[in-house]
Amino acid sequence: MLRFIATVIRREFLLAFRRPADLISVLFFFIIASSLFPLGVWPHVDTWRRLAPGALWVSALLATLLSLPHLFADDYRDGTLEQLVLGAYPLAFAVFGKLVAHWLVFGVSLALLAPVFAFQFDLPGHALWTLFLSLLVGTPALSSLGAIGAALALGLRGGRVLLSLLVLPLYIPVLIFGAAAVEAALAGIGANAGLSFLAALSLAGMFFTPPLIAAALHITME
Amino acid sequence: MTEKPRSHLSVLNLSCRRGETKLFGALSFDLGAGESLHVCGANGSGKTTLLRFLSALSFPDDGEIFWNGRSIGHALCDYRSRLAYLGHRDAIKEELTPIENLKLAALLSGEDFDPESARGALKRLGVPDGDAIFCRRLSQGQKRRVALARLSLLDRPLWILDEPCAALDPTAAGEVASMIDAHLSSGGLAVVASPSEDAFPHARKLRLSASC
Amino acid sequence: MRIEHALMDKNDLPKTLSRLAALPAAYRLAGKAIPYFWALTVAAGAAGLYAAFFLALPDARQGEIFRIIFLHVPASWMSLFIYLCMAFLAALALFFNARASSILLSALAPTGALFTFLSLSTGALWGKPIWGSWWVWWDARLVSELILFFMYIGFIALASAIEDPKRADKASALLALVGVANIPIVYFSVRWWHTLHQGYSITLTRPPTVAAVTFWGILLCVLACMAYTAAVALMRFRNIVLERERDAEWVRETLAVGS
Repeated sequence: MLRFIATVIRREFLLAFRRPADLISVLFFFIIASSLFPLGVWPHVDTWRRLAPGALWVSALLATLLSLPHLFADDYRDGTLEQLVLGAYPLAFAVFGKLVAHWLVFGVSLALLAPVFAFQFDLPGHALWTLFLSLLVGTPALSSLGAIGAALALGLRGGRVLLSLLVLPLYIPVLIFGAAAVEAALAGIGANAGLSFLAALSLAGMFFTPPLIAAALHITME
Repeated sequence: MTEKPRSHLSVLNLSCRRGETKLFGALSFDLGAGESLHVCGANGSGKTTLLRFLSALSFPDDGEIFWNGRSIGHALCDYRSRLAYLGHRDAIKEELTPIENLKLAALLSGEDFDPESARGALKRLGVPDGDAIFCRRLSQGQKRRVALARLSLLDRPLWILDEPCAALDPTAAGEVASMIDAHLSSGGLAVVASPSEDAFPHARKLRLSASC
Repeated sequence: MRIEHALMDKNDLPKTLSRLAALPAAYRLAGKAIPYFWALTVAAGAAGLYAAFFLALPDARQGEIFRIIFLHVPASWMSLFIYLCMAFLAALALFFNARASSILLSALAPTGALFTFLSLSTGALWGKPIWGSWWVWWDARLVSELILFFMYIGFIALASAIEDPKRADKASALLALVGVANIPIVYFSVRWWHTLHQGYSITLTRPPTVAAVTFWGILLCVLACMAYTAAVALMRFRNIVLERERDAEWVRETLAVGS
């Protein structure tokens, strides 16, 4: 079973590597979106710092949202999703592998990129570290909760808009905990509470959503 | 391998309606090891729907499907890992080479991958240099051949093929027929949908027509 | 895995038959119940509104504006109550493949969205004179209510985006189940966030213990809203059943008798 999941992860990596445009455009979206925020407010370092946790987290959240359609749409279109259903293990295991891969490809890159582009908000060093950690442990929740929406809206006309309508309400707690962790670090209070809640959401998401996502995919394919 | 001779598929009173029209009703048949069924009928007569029921990808309004005497509803995962399905879509990843496609398909089906037999299968079906070209560059018919090669590599007793010869030239279509024969003679089962009446002379025929 | 299995396992002939039989019976039963629910709506609504406008005395601190709670409290209760009902029906629809409950599910959603909207807007109207602001972000109840509204909208959008009714039923039922887990998490996260920001906050005063007449008045209004929900949802239910089963024999017979 572990071998099966590892194969799914390797497959996703290989596909992401052969199709780098998907990742690059999502990362550039993150960079552009996060730099819109300082331009839209009163130009002062204090305002920017205040804004930073929310702005960076909202940008990461929207960037993840953009990456979600790739999760199942290509496999659905070319018929490989059907083959995954007929694989050696139930679809939920394949979904779990896909979620892990999605996190490693998109989540981890966002977490690595965010501190670099947080310079525009003039954040101090320890806040950058917390930002990195919060995105690292928070993005699995974004991947897994988003995948529910991606599976439900699969193949529908206007699916992308619908996807954001379905997924954004689910993202609210992740956003609150993530941004609050960075804010707490900025204010000099410990960020551990926020980070622990994020980790809890991510763990719960990664382990409880795959059967739901698999059920949604079965519904879609039927 | 030991249970191959036991393999047995039977279908009882299967029916399907799409919207207001009844596609087929009270469909029953038995298929034992080494037997094949050729589902024919005009476009829209329900061939694909029937084949998707048989591959447990979707579920009928009424009726049951049994595999080795057990209703597939009670052992879905087990049944799904006994069958190989080739649908209208080839399930070929365009970013990968044919060999990579076959390798992933084998590993995801829980089987070992032998590159030599994969190359052999590709060569038999007329796809040269399986690891030197991305599937994006292949023609529609060549992709179909890669999908057929995948079928021959998997060790699964029940083949469910939806118009396997679509986009294939006559030579390749002949190769498909002999592939199916080889599968049957080793104790396999096959259900093949194809609109042409005389494509598979050895197979039993099941004619679907929307009026029945 | 168990969910998937429950979704797929429907090769049970007696179950299929009872499923087919259930819709006409449910349709007729709904038709009989609707007038009673309307009667209850009118009676309880009239009594509740009489209590609201004539019996209840203006609040000492809030004045006449407090009368809005006769609509606000029932609307808030109903918004959550309907979502819980939907989640329960969704579980029935998914695990037992009950068609009637998935149709009732989609019949309830618009009314739920309506009450959520009413709750949000009456809350804002009440909040402006009392708290001095239409909306605050650090109250967990307010934010949860807003997210609830988004989830109703998402549910309706998903259900109407899918053309195949079978898929629409199951997909939207799954979404309702996911959503019901989301609400407490949102509530909790906003409360936690609020404790982090103690410095900024003004405390939101709850209304003091209410007079008996107010309490009973509100309860009557809640009853009216429930009866209204039942009546409207059942009417919608009947319409959806007719539309789905338009080529079935019993629908033709029913409609022929009706005209």
